[in-house]
Amino acid sequence: MVPTDLRYTTDHEWVRVEGDEATIGITAYAADQLGDIVFVELPDPGRAFERSAAFGVVESVKAVSDLFAPIGGEVIEGNDQLAGSPELVNSDPYGGGWMVKLRLSDPGQLAALLDADAYDALIAEG
Amino acid sequence: MSVTGERLQPTIFELGRPGRGGGKIPHPPKDALDRLPSEARRAVPPGLPEMNELDVVRHYVNLSQLNYAVDTGFYPLGSCTMKFNPKLNEWAARLPGFADLHPMAPDEVAQGSLQLLWELEQALMEISGMRAVTLQPAAGAQGELTGILMIREYHRARGETDRDEVLVPDSSHGTNPATASMAGYRTITIPSAADGGVDLDAFSAALGPGTAAVMITNPSTLGLFESRIGELLEAVHAAGALAYMDGANLNAVMGRFKPGEAGFDVMHFNVHKTFSTPHGGGGPGAGPVGVGETLIPYLPTPRVLREDDGTFRLERAHERPSSIGRLRSFVGNTGVLVRAYAYILAHGGPGLREVSDDAVLAANYLKHRLSDAYDIPYDRPCKHEFVASAATIKKHTGVRTLDIAKRLIDYGYHPPTIYFPLIVEEGMLIEPTETESVETLDAFADALIAIAAEAAASPDLVTGAPHSAPVRRLDEATAARQPNLRWRPMTGAQTPCPD
Amino acid sequence: MPYGPHTADDRERMLAALGLTSVDQLFEDIPVALRASHLDLPDPEPELELAARLSGLAARNRTDLASFLGAGVYRHWSPAAVDQLLLRSEWYTAYTPYQPEISQGTLQSIYEYESLLAELVDLDVVSASHYDGAAATAEAALMTCRVTRRERVLISRGVHPHYRDTVRTYFEGGLQLDEIPLIVDGDGAGTTDLAALERMLAEPGLPVAGVIAAQPDFLGLLEPMPEIGRLAHTAGALFVAVVEPVSLAVLAPPGAYGADIAAGEGQPLGIAPQYGGPYLGILASTDALVRQIPGRLVGMTSDRDGKRAFVMTMRAREQDIRRDKAASNICTNQALLALAASIYLSVIGPHGLRDVAALGASRAAQLEAALAAVGAPRLHSGPYLNEFVVRVPNARAVHRRLLDAGILAGLVLADAEPDDPSLSDGLLVCATEVTTSAEIARFAAALGALIGTSVAEVVR
Repeated sequence: MVPTDLRYTTDHEWVRVEGDEATIGITAYAADQLGDIVFVELPDPGRAFERSAAFGVVESVKAVSDLFAPIGGEVIEGNDQLAGSPELVNSDPYGGGWMVKLRLSDPGQLAALLDADAYDALIAEG
Repeated sequence: MSVTGERLQPTIFELGRPGRGGGKIPHPPKDALDRLPSEARRAVPPGLPEMNELDVVRHYVNLSQLNYAVDTGFYPLGSCTMKFNPKLNEWAARLPGFADLHPMAPDEVAQGSLQLLWELEQALMEISGMRAVTLQPAAGAQGELTGILMIREYHRARGETDRDEVLVPDSSHGTNPATASMAGYRTITIPSAADGGVDLDAFSAALGPGTAAVMITNPSTLGLFESRIGELLEAVHAAGALAYMDGANLNAVMGRFKPGEAGFDVMHFNVHKTFSTPHGGGGPGAGPVGVGETLIPYLPTPRVLREDDGTFRLERAHERPSSIGRLRSFVGNTGVLVRAYAYILAHGGPGLREVSDDAVLAANYLKHRLSDAYDIPYDRPCKHEFVASAATIKKHTGVRTLDIAKRLIDYGYHPPTIYFPLIVEEGMLIEPTETESVETLDAFADALIAIAAEAAASPDLVTGAPHSAPVRRLDEATAARQPNLRWRPMTGAQTPCPD
Repeated sequence: MPYGPHTADDRERMLAALGLTSVDQLFEDIPVALRASHLDLPDPEPELELAARLSGLAARNRTDLASFLGAGVYRHWSPAAVDQLLLRSEWYTAYTPYQPEISQGTLQSIYEYESLLAELVDLDVVSASHYDGAAATAEAALMTCRVTRRERVLISRGVHPHYRDTVRTYFEGGLQLDEIPLIVDGDGAGTTDLAALERMLAEPGLPVAGVIAAQPDFLGLLEPMPEIGRLAHTAGALFVAVVEPVSLAVLAPPGAYGADIAAGEGQPLGIAPQYGGPYLGILASTDALVRQIPGRLVGMTSDRDGKRAFVMTMRAREQDIRRDKAASNICTNQALLALAASIYLSVIGPHGLRDVAALGASRAAQLEAALAAVGAPRLHSGPYLNEFVVRVPNARAVHRRLLDAGILAGLVLADAEPDDPSLSDGLLVCATEVTTSAEIARFAAALGALIGTSVAEVVR
């Protein structure tokens, strides 16, 4: 069961919303599929992304995956802990493994995200 | 039984001692470097190890024994064509007349090598049905870049600068889209049809005025011949695009199918696959490129030319004004190409056709032997390689293809290619080649069947494999997170010196 | 078929297992219209005859010449142990080390190569090698664009012409490559024109990603590398040094003068000329650029029992995983050649390598004096290591006559650099530790005789 206070995408990202700020990461399922994460490439603060744009890359030993913006916004900060400890994405995907904080450009986009139940159902089929 | 030697070695840095070695080069005069300005001189000597020759030899002999190799055992690596590397070729490449020739020596003193290269071009033209060949590219991937750059130049010369897309099937080798990107193209990936071949409708829908080229491997990376290739090539040309063939799988069709005659505009050869030049632990290779009439003007310079009087020379730059230029220094990996030439002459026309016949027969035989114990996703005759899957085994036992591959090491085999092409779940791509005996094929099949049984009865044996290699499964995560790419004296304290 | 094991019985057995009678049935999926009938190539040649043919071809090359030709590929003595060790089949018939448990030989040898070259170039990250010096230089140029997100690179005309041409080919996709001219007259003639470089770096609206210069340069001269690097960095560009590995035993290495990236040709490290390759492309960078360096990297790690082991690492950068987003399409590296270079360095040792460089310098000084004495002085006056340009009127015709006399008098620069009129009478000559005094004397005597002869007679 994934945390119920978060929202999710079909690309296996999670979103935590606080006011007009959204924190984004990847789910335990995604981290598991990728294997041991070795590197995360994050955008610089100030860069803006539309919904669904590729904003970064997560690399494991044997695979690489683009990170797609679940909602549009401007980057406030990236998690610079991940530079030295990319394994946080595996060990604490919803906490210390967070990736970017965005300032939302359109809170209306949140409605399109999945809730915990819908996401659980998605990965149950997969 | 270990499949390789066992003697792990310290690094050469740990073996060296000050004062050892020497005796290879005469001493220069003491003032030899005095005329060099001091600011250009090296202040701190490089920290290279000092070793006596015996220790160097033991080091490299023992290290070599830690390797699995074709000369050690069976290497059923799909898409790699690990056939026997003929020893005559090693002898030939080392003939001083070939080995000692400087690449910028004048043509008149290089007639032997120039003739060899020219004859090799002719042979590759005949094998592929292409109208001209360049031997310049240093590897298959560089051959791909050569081909795509020629295509780009072709469109540019016709003023068709809006063509910015290259289409590839989802089963393609990673070098194809990487090459397209290097040439400034966007890659459009087309899902394969259910039977593993190109989806003609999907390709046709994607083809248009924005398409520069398609890149097709035939036989495909699944080891299947593209029966719809004729229609696909027609559709490609009708859209004004050109067709590139990745020739990695040429071993399957020599004497039976000529890409140039079928309508491909350009292709590369992997001489380290089809034409037996050794893999060398990862290289060198060579990636000659063949073209149809359309692309001849754009070939890299210099080409090898034969004059009317029977002498040979290198083309001069101004003789091919539309050339895409150079992909590398000098004329090509001649040392590798000598080996390919010898291989082709040893076989001749009948021999090369027999190579393909035997490669295809061996693959189908092996596929048949494994068809009970493993899933065979594409249930039709394959060419020189085939895909097997451990999907059902994984479902019932949790054991994955990776584990099965590692367990094969304990049985004395190099694993096949795994998880490629990406479109097959828990896939193994198996290519026996034509130089393995039936006994070897049967023994390998027996091993894989036994491992399938182990997966059900004692899965730990498989998931914990390999048990008998000099090292066991490695910590690749730390290697990537905290890369140690260079020896430093303190490093030895972190991981023990094997001594 | 010479290397195939299958007898008629074997084939029958396999076909029978498949329920087939002929192998043709396995090729029915080739559409009839696309089937080839046969290969119009000669019959197979038995080894005895093929060996004679190959020997005959090799004999048609003339490798008995007294050679003074360098120009990017250098004759050195490769100690006998190098090739003897390379003949071990576990080295040359092994595949890429994707299964590290059974490839520790190759993997450790590449790690050692990376470490040895890191010592030579004094940079932390060395890739497992590229095709040749030209491809490595092109990859370095592309790296500077990726890292700085700029689109223009400046390359000195002191870099080997083949390398410049190769970078230009790789750059066709919207990136701009401009050549920095060389100084024409005076003490710095033949080296990079720093004033021109400064102007080019300051051009508005065209920020520079990288500046590339060679040490020694193509004409054999020593370049002011620290100054070039300073100018590059001041303009926010990266500095790429193209280097020759033997010279690094005695010349300041790229890491010491602030280069961000080093590229070069490893052929001089015990690899035979082979008429063009295979060679060894050296590519190295500072640690900060490790994620941008293309090609394979081997690192040290441990196995699950804690034993030291080596593995290809940071693989997700490579083409098979990144596909269209890979920095480069490179798949093959030059593993066997990197091994040759490592064995060479191990056998020769640091003192031996220094002696190779110093002896070459000594012989080159001897060559310079001998040629000047017969009327062929150096064209330039700046310092050189073991290669330089001499001025010889009718250089092309003189070169031909010397060739007839069994002397390969270097490179005719009018052919190699046709756009540079100052080089039109130049021969680029070099000496190494294998050049003998007797060869130098012979060259000087023959050249002297030609220079003393009238122009008409030489050309005839």
